[in-house]
Amino acid sequence: MNARHKLRRLAVLAPPMLWLGLFFFVPFLVVLRISLSDSAPAIPPYAPHWPGLGEIGTFIRALDIENYITLLSDDLYLGAYLSSLRIAATATLLTLLLGFPLAYAMTRAPKVWQPALLVLVILPFWTSFLIRVYAWMAILRPEGVLDQVLGQLGITSAPLNLLNTEAAVLIGIVYSYLPFMVLPVYASLERIDPALTEAAADLGATPLKRFFLITVPLAMPGIMAGAFLVLIPAIGEFVIPDLLGGSDTLMIGKVLWTEFFANRDWPLASAVAIVMLLILVGPLLLFQRLADTGRRA
Amino acid sequence: MAKKSLGNIRRSFAPWTDPAAKPLVTFERVTKRFGAVSAVEDLSLAIHAGEFFALLGPSGCGKTTLMRMLAGFETPDSGRILLDGVDLAGIPPHRRPTNMMFQSYALFPHMSVEANIAFGLRQEGMAKADIAARVAEMLALARLEGFAKRRPDQLSGGQRQRVALARALAKRPKVLLLDEPLGALDRKLREETQYELMDLQSELGMTFLMVTHDQDEAMVMADRIAVMERGRIAQVAPPEEIYEKPASRYVAEFVGDINIFEGAIAAIAGDIITVESPVCGTILLDEEDVSLPAGARVFVAVRPEKIVISHDEPALSANKVSGEVWDIGYLGDYTMVQVKIGGEGGPLIKVALANHARRAERPIAWEDQVWLSWEIEAGILLGGEA
Repeated sequence: MNARHKLRRLAVLAPPMLWLGLFFFVPFLVVLRISLSDSAPAIPPYAPHWPGLGEIGTFIRALDIENYITLLSDDLYLGAYLSSLRIAATATLLTLLLGFPLAYAMTRAPKVWQPALLVLVILPFWTSFLIRVYAWMAILRPEGVLDQVLGQLGITSAPLNLLNTEAAVLIGIVYSYLPFMVLPVYASLERIDPALTEAAADLGATPLKRFFLITVPLAMPGIMAGAFLVLIPAIGEFVIPDLLGGSDTLMIGKVLWTEFFANRDWPLASAVAIVMLLILVGPLLLFQRLADTGRRA
Repeated sequence: MAKKSLGNIRRSFAPWTDPAAKPLVTFERVTKRFGAVSAVEDLSLAIHAGEFFALLGPSGCGKTTLMRMLAGFETPDSGRILLDGVDLAGIPPHRRPTNMMFQSYALFPHMSVEANIAFGLRQEGMAKADIAARVAEMLALARLEGFAKRRPDQLSGGQRQRVALARALAKRPKVLLLDEPLGALDRKLREETQYELMDLQSELGMTFLMVTHDQDEAMVMADRIAVMERGRIAQVAPPEEIYEKPASRYVAEFVGDINIFEGAIAAIAGDIITVESPVCGTILLDEEDVSLPAGARVFVAVRPEKIVISHDEPALSANKVSGEVWDIGYLGDYTMVQVKIGGEGGPLIKVALANHARRAERPIAWEDQVWLSWEIEAGILLGGEA
């Protein structure tokens, strides 16, 4: 009985474990190994190559952390990491400021409308992400859609020149990741018993106090989930800063791309990727921790 | 000769009988509609200070809407609600001197028991030391001393109920509103809590307004009950009057078990009314102030516990009928016997047999031929409409 129980547990756990192992852990090891290698004019462009089990000693001795030292000693990389974090954090905050009222309004909408509103939030996903970012290029470029509309309305007289600025990157990230904020926040707001805000009102809390003492704390799991769903991919974002940010916007995703494709320095690019992963693991663990305490509370 | 009082209890607290007394809460011709459905229809009601008042009715009768209008969560379409002489129109819930204990308790899940109870006091801007003192007092009152730091999900159902009560009482409201306060408790706990609530109410001298669909709850706890039917009040009276002198067939059937016989008034001689009924022949009743004329179609209602069951024909000229024992339900404290009158297809009469003794001399069995009879004072005369 007990052995059968264990076997069944194993059968349930095996597929996701296998999946993670095959598509996350093994590639991670490959990238880690490349990051410890040296750049070399070979195919693939690094050394040493796997010599077979017999000479594993020489192989391991040939690996070093030189690339990580380069990362730390060159300001470019540290700057790119910091600016990625700053842009991603700003974008996350903006997404929250825009997404929370949206989600809140959705929970207040008549029950029959709510499924339709949810579909509307997800609707942009039906068009390719890349195409939507290209569309933003057309909107933001000088004499583009935005300039024309604002000019026609007489709000601006000169082009805004938004394209290839950090503002354009923020617009792109907020636009692209908004659903990832709205959906979890909506889910947690929707679960709040309306009797709770009524009880707060009954006990003398003004509408503003009800919002900050009851609604926001109870929506916190959704807010945190949304924040991390936006923050984490935004840090490593490549397409948006590349297409909308121009050469002025420094983000780690772009640095990674340049090292890999332009400089063909696979080992350094791998080191950049590993460090980025470590940076992302930090907030993820923090999130896990918060979610745990949230569940216990 | 003075009339006997209704039921077997005597109440000394009855401000509603004093025409000079000023009510604490007054509903004046209040109407509330949701779309085409009217939840409350042209309803007037007065509740006095210190009363434990129950709104009783089936779901959808408007009792909860009525209470929510007093709390400020719903706005009447017409009519006025006065509390202590002040028209409540336009005053939002957070500025009304009422507090509600919610059916779901609505405890704030992210706050400790202590913080839940202190919530209302904090909104008032009460001094910290006073809040601490009041919270301690409330915790003692609700017997929750050891649980101040717990979160609601770490409490049992009964404890949560007491936190909800303590939180609603903490601000000393002019009226405490209780929405199905015992609905979520199991039977044993519910009975205990009923008496605790009554003790608490008389100790604090507060006015309680309770909404319930449970007649036992209303009967046990309330000084007066308003039985509601589709947005209107069917009767407002103390429990014993609701039970012994229901104003209509609806009230008679909603509160407790009852047998109803159709008939027509044959004669009126002072307080003694004679009704001829197709099912059980001549029925004699003792009722005051009957405004119906002879010949009027009426209903006679008799409570099951007021009917006597016997194997031999009783020596009475009226108020008796014979039939066959159809069903017996043994409930411990009493036995509910259903007797079929006039064979297959005939009506069933319910008789409640109090189990005074542990052993019966002549027990009742299924298919026994029995006689049912009742006192002249047992029957209730109800108007023929509806």
